[in-house]
Amino acid sequence: MQRSKLGLDFDKVNYAKGVSRKIADNVQEFVEGYTTVAVERTLCRLLGIDGVDNNEVPLPNVVVDEIKDKGVLNQGVMYFLGNAVIEAGLNPQQAAEKISSGELDITQLPSHSVEEAHEALKPYITDCIDKIKARKAKRDNYIATIGEGPKPYLYVIVATGNIYEDVVQAEAAARQGADIIAVIRTTGQSLLDYVPYGATTEGFGGTVATQENFRIMRTHLDKIGEEEGRYIRLCNYCSGLCMPEIAAMGALEGLDVMLNDALYGILFRDINMQRTLVDQYFSRVLNGFAGVIINTGEDNYLTTADAFDEAHTVLASDFINEQLALIADLPEEQMGLGHAFEMEPGLENGFLYELAQAQMTREIFPKAPLKYMPPTKFMTGNIFKGNVQDALFNQISIWTGQGIQLLGMLTEAIHTPFMSDRYLSLENAKYIFNNMKNIGDEVEFKEGGIIRNRAQKILGDSIELLEKIEQEGLFTALEKGIFAAIKRPKNGGKGLDGVVEKGSNYFNPFVALMKK
Amino acid sequence: MSGGLYSTNSNEFDKTLDLTKIKPYGDTMNDGKTQVSFTLPVAKGEEAIEAAKQMMRKMGFEDIQVVFVQELMEGFTFFNCYGSSIHTVDYTTIVVPKVESTTMDMHETDDFIKENIGRKVVVVGASTGTDAHTVGIDAIMNMKGFAGHYGLERYDMVEALNMGSQVPNEEFIAKAIEMKADVLLVSQTVTQKDVHIQNLVELVEMLEAEGLRDKVILICGGPRLSHELAKELGYDAGFGMNKYADDVASYMAQELDRRINQ
Repeated sequence: MQRSKLGLDFDKVNYAKGVSRKIADNVQEFVEGYTTVAVERTLCRLLGIDGVDNNEVPLPNVVVDEIKDKGVLNQGVMYFLGNAVIEAGLNPQQAAEKISSGELDITQLPSHSVEEAHEALKPYITDCIDKIKARKAKRDNYIATIGEGPKPYLYVIVATGNIYEDVVQAEAAARQGADIIAVIRTTGQSLLDYVPYGATTEGFGGTVATQENFRIMRTHLDKIGEEEGRYIRLCNYCSGLCMPEIAAMGALEGLDVMLNDALYGILFRDINMQRTLVDQYFSRVLNGFAGVIINTGEDNYLTTADAFDEAHTVLASDFINEQLALIADLPEEQMGLGHAFEMEPGLENGFLYELAQAQMTREIFPKAPLKYMPPTKFMTGNIFKGNVQDALFNQISIWTGQGIQLLGMLTEAIHTPFMSDRYLSLENAKYIFNNMKNIGDEVEFKEGGIIRNRAQKILGDSIELLEKIEQEGLFTALEKGIFAAIKRPKNGGKGLDGVVEKGSNYFNPFVALMKK
Repeated sequence: MSGGLYSTNSNEFDKTLDLTKIKPYGDTMNDGKTQVSFTLPVAKGEEAIEAAKQMMRKMGFEDIQVVFVQELMEGFTFFNCYGSSIHTVDYTTIVVPKVESTTMDMHETDDFIKENIGRKVVVVGASTGTDAHTVGIDAIMNMKGFAGHYGLERYDMVEALNMGSQVPNEEFIAKAIEMKADVLLVSQTVTQKDVHIQNLVELVEMLEAEGLRDKVILICGGPRLSHELAKELGYDAGFGMNKYADDVASYMAQELDRRINQ
């Protein structure tokens, strides 16, 4: 039996998880019946389709658009690509090239049974599964041989827009002690319904996520990791309209951490909820199988809603995200559930409330490498105070045993970090993590005190909210603006026209192969 | 530590304030003391420190001290430096364009609108273009506001619609027409490679093409924006850092009054 430093009632926690399971099952019931253009493009990628046509359109888009234009997207790409192997002797890449050049109408080939199509694709399926397994084994081997940094992992971002410049910034950060390098995506990429191709040097506020860029950075981090004697993790974003495709690219290229949260996309990018929840399921299956830690985006609720008043919505969303991940067989050890240090600095005893919530989240999700977000909303441009705010944030993290520490930057709200900003931020965290290492083992919280009361209240409030969501269903709850005070209609937002109900010939064997 | 570091009399300079020749202030008038930090793309060493000193000298400093040197990675060295600026600025001749309005609190603005306009002022706001940040527009518009300043949604005499982030200019204008907006608020947070300028200019051009530019009060805001820049880009006003809903609401109420009643 787990002992709580906060006097949390674990029966209540288990009850909350049970209610969340029902909410997640209800979503999954919908998800099972549908596919999307992004899921189908992901299958193309997994079968080895890569490259672009003369107009820079990625071949997975060419294939899926073709099938969609012919009105048979509901049958799924696997079926047609299987037919192409049998009837035309074309492997998936060759079929894609011939569709692109107009030499092949893949929907007009004589059709075979689902079983035959599946059988014909088996070599490509096996090849893909083996590749991802080998990638995972490579990571496991690195961690077993050269090792990794202690938790909380120090997570920093690079965001120059140019992958070759990012590599320099990433190297500096890794040499100074960073454990995770996140390459921020170019602004607006989440709304592109395709993944750009090749190495890129132009981006705004970040760097385009492409498979080649993933490869360049991973290769470089491997080299630095070997030299530093510490495995360096690479993080990117599989969210937005290409969620599962980017999960597939990450699985193939050895990414370690992925932002992966449909709720975030619905609320903050106005992506259609049906589209992105279907996409999320397959992306989490992929991430789970590839050993990728997912990060969820609850912290963002607090950039819009108030961190003190709305803390229970963060916890409720973590509960739901945990269950949605479990349904995809993503292990708890890979769930970087999100929360944040975002209370207004002028709040009396704000540190105590933040401490209570961080400890509470730790106890409720004991195996999860929790993703703890730094202050951003109340960073002002006063870099000197900003460094103090980040120090308080770092103290709570080491005290409560967070998993992934997104390092705050003293220049937050001014510019994307300079090399020296990252140095100062890493120095701040390393100083505090070492100086206060075992404080969590030493200090207990007073019964009936501010900290215990705060944690118990948040848990209670989040249960009330979860019960309400369960009654209405997640879709309706989102329509009513339950999270971050943002309302999103079920049939609104971006990407709905890429969702179809699965037809009679539809099959996706990867789900079964990747789930345990 | 060198001798004289703590002496305030080691340098002879005029210690009286002259507004035609102001300098940075450390602890003595006209000492010119300034802190600077930067990174040079060279390895740490005596040569790197000398390079930092020369850089400081070229930036216009004397009495240079390099107080902290840290190699960030091979070939990059970070410096904290202090120096006394040799330059001065004539404060008496400075003219900065400012938003011409009196800042009122929420109740005063509501009363002002009731009295002078006699109906709700319709405001449509968004973070436009590819900009995904809502923090700016939320701070001005959302009920709760920011740092104790209530947002426009809480004003009785304002009908406010916050369209959120990544709103294309086309959609923004369509909504403005639909709601018969009096005021358009555009927030821009991402400013890398001047993407905000292109986007802001595009909106003005599109409003002009639609014949709407003179029919609305067009306001932009963001941490890197100033009123001066806003005017230059064809906006009626711009609000930068440390401006709140009070400032925006007061301006738009008074400007609308001026346009309708004068």
